[in-house]
Amino acid sequence: MAEFYILLLFMIIAAVIAVETTNLLSAVICVGAIGFGGSLMFLFLRAPDIAITQIVVEVLGLIILIRATIARDLTFISGDREFFAVVISVVIIFVILLAGIRAFDTLPDFGTPVFTKVTGAASQTYISEGLTRTGAANLVTSVVLDFRAYDTLGEATVLFTSIVGATVILRRKPKKLLEDLDQ
Amino acid sequence: MKGMTIIVKTVSSWVKMLIFLFGIYIIISGHLTPGGGFAGGVILASSYVLLMLAFGREFVEENLSLPLASKLDCLGAFAFALIALLGFVFGGTFFVNFLVGKYGQPLELLSAGTIPLSNIAIGLKVGASLFLVILTLSTCCKDFKPGTPFDGKE
Repeated sequence: MAEFYILLLFMIIAAVIAVETTNLLSAVICVGAIGFGGSLMFLFLRAPDIAITQIVVEVLGLIILIRATIARDLTFISGDREFFAVVISVVIIFVILLAGIRAFDTLPDFGTPVFTKVTGAASQTYISEGLTRTGAANLVTSVVLDFRAYDTLGEATVLFTSIVGATVILRRKPKKLLEDLDQ
Repeated sequence: MKGMTIIVKTVSSWVKMLIFLFGIYIIISGHLTPGGGFAGGVILASSYVLLMLAFGREFVEENLSLPLASKLDCLGAFAFALIALLGFVFGGTFFVNFLVGKYGQPLELLSAGTIPLSNIAIGLKVGASLFLVILTLSTCCKDFKPGTPFDGKE
């Protein structure tokens, strides 16, 4: 368990630096450090699928953020924070912390998931019959693309819709507007 | 923007093929080892993003233009929906794995029915769409000047 606390400390320090620094590039790199810490945590929890996805999305998201910040010439933040906003943020964080403590008290201990105690849980079926019924050696893939393929279809639809929105809104030349201007 | 220094250009021209091959490996062995369509697609997109950062946006747009990328995106989404519909036609249920046991043994590369096909479709879709969104964002940010309203005029 010690490595989790070390990684958690590392991530908290990186988050504090990301909030407090005035250079936007350093803030983006600190956000990337938080993501790499989370990916290492997934690796220690023996979830390599999630670790790979986390690390590649983190790298690509970092590149997007760097391009978006560098190209806009606004690499430094100036000005003080408002007192009222700080008070509201602290109160909300405190409420979420209290709710989180109550929620984590009800969880089972680490390493003893709920579905081992419930008889007839769906996850036991996935583990015992996943290889014979889908033929996929990677059980995560057999769940994502066979047992729960509707979820994957929904994710693909969400991604498709967001890309369509981004390409339409951020288009370089608004075709209709240019035609109107020519007339 | 004409790209970065010659060191970055040389190294990225060596590394681009390795990244692309690694993405293909992650996609086609997604049913055997950790990975899958989503992670592999992001790796494919990041190989093109590396070229974009090193050589500039125009170089990448010559290789993989914006209309072609959006066509690949639509092709991936259509292939995934087609696999689901074929399950309805041949197996009786939407998304049923109608090819399982028809070819190959478990733990081989050619196995697991429709799962590798779905992985390839998702990888194509995710890679093309992430490449598209980064290309669009860089195009938008290039023309944007702080303090002036962005109205799309050249």
